[in-house]
Amino acid sequence: MTSEIKSVTGRGIPLVGNDIDTDRIIPARFLRCVTFDGLGAQAFADDRAQANGQHPFDLPAYQGAEVLVVNVNFGCGSSREHAPQALNKWGIRAVVGESFAEIFFGNCVAIGVPCVTADANTVQQLQAQISQNPGLPVQVDLDQMTVTCGDFVGAVTMPEGARQMMLSGTWDACGQLVAQAEQIQATAARLPYVNWAA
Amino acid sequence: MSRGTLFDKVWDAHTVGVLPSGQTQLFIGLHLIHEVTSPQAFAMLKDRGLKVMFPERTIATVDHIIPTESRARPLLDDLAEEMMQALEQNCKAHNIRFYNVGSGKQGIVHVIAPELGLTQPGMTVACGDSHTSTHGAFGAIAFGIGTSQVRDVLASQTLALSKLKVRRVEVNGELPAGVYAKDVVLHIIRKLGVKGGVGYAYEYAGSTIERMSMEERMTLCNMSIEGGARCGYVNPDQVTFDYLKGREFAPQAAAWDEAVVWWQKIASDADAEYDDVVVFDAADIAPTVTWGITPGQGIGVGETVPTPDEMPAEERAIAQEAYEYMDLQPGQPLAGTKIDVCFIGSCTNGRISDLREAARVAKGRYVADGVKAFVVPGSEAVKQQAEAEGLDQIFVAAGFEWREPGCSMCLAMNPDKLVGRQISASSSNRNFKGRQGSASGRTLLMSPAMVVAAAVTGQVTDVRELL
Repeated sequence: MTSEIKSVTGRGIPLVGNDIDTDRIIPARFLRCVTFDGLGAQAFADDRAQANGQHPFDLPAYQGAEVLVVNVNFGCGSSREHAPQALNKWGIRAVVGESFAEIFFGNCVAIGVPCVTADANTVQQLQAQISQNPGLPVQVDLDQMTVTCGDFVGAVTMPEGARQMMLSGTWDACGQLVAQAEQIQATAARLPYVNWAA
Repeated sequence: MSRGTLFDKVWDAHTVGVLPSGQTQLFIGLHLIHEVTSPQAFAMLKDRGLKVMFPERTIATVDHIIPTESRARPLLDDLAEEMMQALEQNCKAHNIRFYNVGSGKQGIVHVIAPELGLTQPGMTVACGDSHTSTHGAFGAIAFGIGTSQVRDVLASQTLALSKLKVRRVEVNGELPAGVYAKDVVLHIIRKLGVKGGVGYAYEYAGSTIERMSMEERMTLCNMSIEGGARCGYVNPDQVTFDYLKGREFAPQAAAWDEAVVWWQKIASDADAEYDDVVVFDAADIAPTVTWGITPGQGIGVGETVPTPDEMPAEERAIAQEAYEYMDLQPGQPLAGTKIDVCFIGSCTNGRISDLREAARVAKGRYVADGVKAFVVPGSEAVKQQAEAEGLDQIFVAAGFEWREPGCSMCLAMNPDKLVGRQISASSSNRNFKGRQGSASGRTLLMSPAMVVAAAVTGQVTDVRELL
């Protein structure tokens, strides 16, 4: 099921703003569904409607972009995986930001969308570089831990566990977890409350 | 690095092993599911030919999409009905216990699990919902997960996780009258920020917390995520044990005594080490109301909307966005702001003690002209108890609508929604743009008692004037 993700290269899309929550990424009414199909078109639905065509996700220059560049505390709030799924189905394959909310970050890892962190200066320069040259490819390199766009190169970071899951292609942990069935049963058997309920 | 805390002990007890990535494989003692974040997880299991490894450790209910007026089937919203059916079928196919509408045990997942005694000290609890932090009130390590992780728990009863740091958040002293657990947590988030808790578990401690009831502790832990902390907890004590004793899934007979001994041992040691410690004084906390578009943008009800020069530079951009969205001016008093809709309920404040406190303020008063006010009990059990105490009659006599249990207008996935630019006074947990169902709707978060004060005066009012 899984594959190694050593780097992601694609055109960039800057989305400026702090504390952009998952309700804004995908408003709750679109969670009335039993599959993730079709969420891509609904990403940032309300923000886009308010922006009258001026939201980055609607600007012609950014159509087909694959690397999203955001600011502080991106993805805060609800744990809905529908948020990274909507971004991913819109076309996003990697996110560069000043910081991420924890559940959002974990959900991105679980679907193979790396989120890397850079300092405010790097992110802002990258956002400026992309908006001036929207056709330039952005490369997020998880091996070298850099982000490159034209002549701009910046350092990025990622928690080592998540980075290793990307590099080794084990970001979909399910198979690995299930394979430890014996150890799981042993752990359960050691927990006193598992036996009280028996 | 923390040492000897409840978090460390529970983490160690539930560690299955270390994965090649360096992450921990952690056993999940209690898995809660609902209709919104589980159908895709079951579909993924099916695609991979996997079974549910411990079906008895997953409990299901329906809360997000359920209407609070007529719950007759089929539900009027076809999409909601489809989600209901998917949950019913998945639970049946995998032999998972499901508390459906009318069972007497349906309700918001974070209200029913404690009520039934499912949530216990020393457990790990996961649910595809960020407010899973609520269960930390019992001294459990409880956190929200996404749908792929729901799949992982169904398939293996474990998750791949990195350990969090632990911050002790101490609150000391007696809370002034009219100041509630909701105000405490809004105050903490205001001071530590909405991303202050990223990377941390919050251990709430101090004399204020020790004096809190279990329901107050649940309100507090519930909003940990609003401060960026994926989980928050309170060490178990006699208050915890008294709450649990006799509940349906609590240990019985000889197991009870064994449980209490284990629960006492799992609590943080007196000489535990923390990654960080912050201390608050209860006397500094006022009834707190949010004025902006993040839960960290809160002020005491008597204060004025902060001006950009009163805040750190990094908060000014989001404040500017908030002034415009909320149509509030910096320096303007928040008290007196006109309110259109009043909502009492949610996993933050939809429990019986919340309704009692709200009814105490509502009694003998009447909802102001032009205000729509409604009360949504957190569960069927809460509703039944409230009716037995006559609280529903007090609310109805005061002009509030009395509804059926569910998440309702906290996130507006059911028919309960703001319309246009309406402003709500809400006992829920999020004031994000568009959160309550209108893309331009506005939310002021506050305690249930403060929501009633707003309802009966038609504006933001200090509830202490009505007590």
